[in-house]
Amino acid sequence: MTVECLNALSQSALLFFLGVGLTLIFGIMRIVNFAHGSFYMLGAFVGYSLARLAGSFWLALVLAPLSVGILGALFELGVLRFLYRRDATAFLMVTFGLALAIGEVARLVWGSQPLEVTTPKALSGVIFLFGLPFPLYRLFLTGAGAAVAILLWQFLERTRLGLLIRATSQNAEMMHALGTDVRLVRSFVFGIGCALAGLGGVLAAPLVTASLGMAVNVIIDAFVIVIIGGMGSFAGSILGALLVAFVQIFGEYYFPDFAMALMYLVMLLVLVLRPGGLLGKEA
Amino acid sequence: MLRIAGLNAHLGRSHVLQGVDLDLPKGRICAVLGRNGVGKTTTLRTVMGLVAPSGGEVRLDGRDVTGWPPHLVARAGVGYVPEGRMIFPDLSVRENIRVAERRPARRWPPARLFELFPLLKEREKHLGAHLSGGEQQMLAIARALVGDPSLLLLDEPSQGLAPIVVRELGGVIRRLKEEGVTILLVEQNLRFAEAVADEIRIMVKGRIVYAASPDRFQAEEEAIRSRYLTL
Repeated sequence: MTVECLNALSQSALLFFLGVGLTLIFGIMRIVNFAHGSFYMLGAFVGYSLARLAGSFWLALVLAPLSVGILGALFELGVLRFLYRRDATAFLMVTFGLALAIGEVARLVWGSQPLEVTTPKALSGVIFLFGLPFPLYRLFLTGAGAAVAILLWQFLERTRLGLLIRATSQNAEMMHALGTDVRLVRSFVFGIGCALAGLGGVLAAPLVTASLGMAVNVIIDAFVIVIIGGMGSFAGSILGALLVAFVQIFGEYYFPDFAMALMYLVMLLVLVLRPGGLLGKEA
Repeated sequence: MLRIAGLNAHLGRSHVLQGVDLDLPKGRICAVLGRNGVGKTTTLRTVMGLVAPSGGEVRLDGRDVTGWPPHLVARAGVGYVPEGRMIFPDLSVRENIRVAERRPARRWPPARLFELFPLLKEREKHLGAHLSGGEQQMLAIARALVGDPSLLLLDEPSQGLAPIVVRELGGVIRRLKEEGVTILLVEQNLRFAEAVADEIRIMVKGRIVYAASPDRFQAEEEAIRSRYLTL
């Protein structure tokens, strides 16, 4: 039981990186980023290469999200920014197309075999918690998730840029008329969202290897988290990630045959009771 | 200060502005009246850069700002108070003002705004969504002022406010005029417009068809009203 809880916590950290980026992007741009899972996958692959080239997982942990974030921001600057006046289907098609393109490029660069990323030495051991053995790396993941959540929350609440982001997500047009170049805010937030997905990817790689399948595996989870928590809600993405992780882990232990269905049942239940998500505005 | 010449704008397929001309000298208050849907709001939105003009020009102090994006129009000295106030509902009163503060405000630092709107000081930590209509209107004006505008665009500020709050609003607008702020006001409330404006304009079908001083407008009001303003 304790081990399952700890496992679920570390799992929710990974899901949080994924969900919070998606919800930030949705909050400010009102678009669903179908390529989000692909940025996650890209984080894992880039992390793999950087770790091999530089010989340091820690360096990869910093540089991979950074480069994935810059790539995302460039994509917003170069492509998405021209679509805001169009309807939402344009975004769906373009981001879906981007997901396919990233997948193909990744296949060409890294091949279709899953790539092993070794856990850094300092974190490869096992630690005894409540008398039970627990992988140190998973404990680290949990801590990283909590740290990033707190940092992001403080950034959004305490800094001027965070304030501009919150205001833009509430009324972008008004912010534009008050003198903020909301186009820059959008590029920045899209970049941050992609970087967070990339961070999730690098951190997940030692557990699940870097593979082409990652993108598809996680995009559904990411959508479920954001729908359960409430589209655009920061706290909602934390809650959604926790809920999904616990349902997944406990589902696999106790009802292995229904594990997948359980997650959708929870989502259905939330949507029936609160159509806008747990912490979202009523849709 | 503000010169609008032959301004045209389309919303989808409808030709909303069909050659708006308007001259507003510095320090004056001009009220634009007209029935619903004649293009009053679109005029303000086009000046602000929120609607792309399809012809004509907008000049601020002689500078051509036609087609500029809204943030640059704002930085050129235009404060915008939209219809429905558009207060950020999940930001506090203080934060609603802070988002518009681009550099330390010189003419309207927050301390001075709170002196102009003492009620906002009391509500400083409240969320925008929890304010009354009158408080939201005052906040929307304060938020526009903190950017040190030389021209203020007010879209139906008296809408939905109790008579006593409308009077208070009139006081605020006169105070701003004393401070030298130029104001372009769009209104449905004739009494309010007459009380605060130096000039009255009437819009019909995307054009300005009547211009007069409030005194002359008052004298001619009976005739004008049935012709241009009532349905």
